[in-house]
Amino acid sequence: MFDIQTQLFEGRDIRFGPIDYEKDPQIESKWTHDSDFMRLYGIDPARPMSPAMVKKKYEKLEKEIEESKNIFYFTIRAREDDRLIGKAVVSRIEWSNGNGWIELGIGSADDRRKGYGTQALQLLLRFAFVELNLYRVTARVQEYNEAAIALLKKFGFTEEVRRRQALERDSRRWDLLVFGLLKDEWAKQAQA
Amino acid sequence: MRDLFRGDLVRLTAEDPETRAKIEVHWQRDSEYRRFLDAEAVMVVSEKWLKDWFEKRDEEGFGPHRYVFSVRTLAEDKLIGFFALWVDLVHSEAWVGIGIGEREFWGKGCGTDAMRLCLRYAFTELNVQRVSLGLMDYNPRALRSYEKAGFRLEGRTRGDVQRAGRHHDSLWMGILRAEWLGLDAAAVE
Ligand SMILES: CC(C)(COP(=O)(O)OP(=O)(O)OC[C@H]1O[C@@H](n2cnc3c(N)ncnc32)[C@H](O)[C@@H]1OP(=O)(O)O)[C@@H](O)C(=O)NCCC(=O)NCCS
Repeated sequence: MFDIQTQLFEGRDIRFGPIDYEKDPQIESKWTHDSDFMRLYGIDPARPMSPAMVKKKYEKLEKEIEESKNIFYFTIRAREDDRLIGKAVVSRIEWSNGNGWIELGIGSADDRRKGYGTQALQLLLRFAFVELNLYRVTARVQEYNEAAIALLKKFGFTEEVRRRQALERDSRRWDLLVFGLLKDEWAKQAQA
Repeated sequence: MRDLFRGDLVRLTAEDPETRAKIEVHWQRDSEYRRFLDAEAVMVVSEKWLKDWFEKRDEEGFGPHRYVFSVRTLAEDKLIGFFALWVDLVHSEAWVGIGIGEREFWGKGCGTDAMRLCLRYAFTELNVQRVSLGLMDYNPRALRSYEKAGFRLEGRTRGDVQRAGRHHDSLWMGILRAEWLGLDAAAVE
């Protein structure tokens, strides 16, 4: 179904690319000043970062990628102007088990609800299953992150675990959900 | 106040790196034991490497993110296992890893007794809101032990562990502070 000529990094309106040390720190710095985004993307305390701090983070990340051999990191770029719009990651890969954790973020609110996330997840899953040859992928989502949950469900992910009240935000406790998708399940819907 | 370090069958101790490395080198040669502990491919390392590792760990200190205990039997004062708590201070959650390395002590209640001490420590000394752990579906003894200690099964990630030519599920368990307080009403005296 996918042959060797298939361009793994090309979507309809977006493409996967490397980090651009000149332009990206400025943009990602802006995202980190949006606490809504930070609280959807992760569970660490939200924290603004300067462009210089973001640059340092990229350097650390690329070193970790080289050393650990279990992280695959893409920037998501708009095809029209190669502008940075998000990131897509497979990390914590356990090679002997064929499992990896995925993360996806569209940084600016202006770029959300345009189908970029859907296209990026399509590329990321194809990469995870036909290039990394994983048996399954896993995603962690906060119960309040409705957009992410809807996106995962659209791709056939199953809610496998509900870690009750594992997260505290705004003085209340929230569940953390774990979703999984097996290669077989993906292959069926990718063909359809 | 309750003695936090003494259960019905076991007590909690700190051991020298030498003692810990010597016994670990013996436990790690039991691949069945090692396959229960986590999902990574099992490996053996030298006693020297282990001693350096335990020394470094001790230097890093006790808490605020990691709390490690050794487990000895009350009857013979024999070193049989360990447990560790990793704490997420922001979200007030602790993860546990536990292992009884001396396999002749499996199924005799020692691990469950240690887990009860672990929960009391997590909820009354570290004051976390939640304690979590993971295990594999090929370890029914552990599942039963954790249920006895009060954990609830919160789900399973399908086929994310591959061992012995098959895919197995990881099981995810958790216990909330309110649930534990209900179980162990005497604990708050
Ligand atoms: C898991 C462990 C901590 C449990 O401690 P323990 O002291 O052995 O547990 P207990 O003796 O209190 O309880 C074992 C329970 O499992 C049951 N059990 C044992 N084998 C079983 C099996 N094959 N199927 C179902 N239940 C089983 C026992 O009957 C007992 O339940 P009961 O009291 O209702 O009869 C300990 O066995 C251990 O360290 N094992 C090796 C390492 C390990 O598995 N670590 C955990 C990684 S997540």
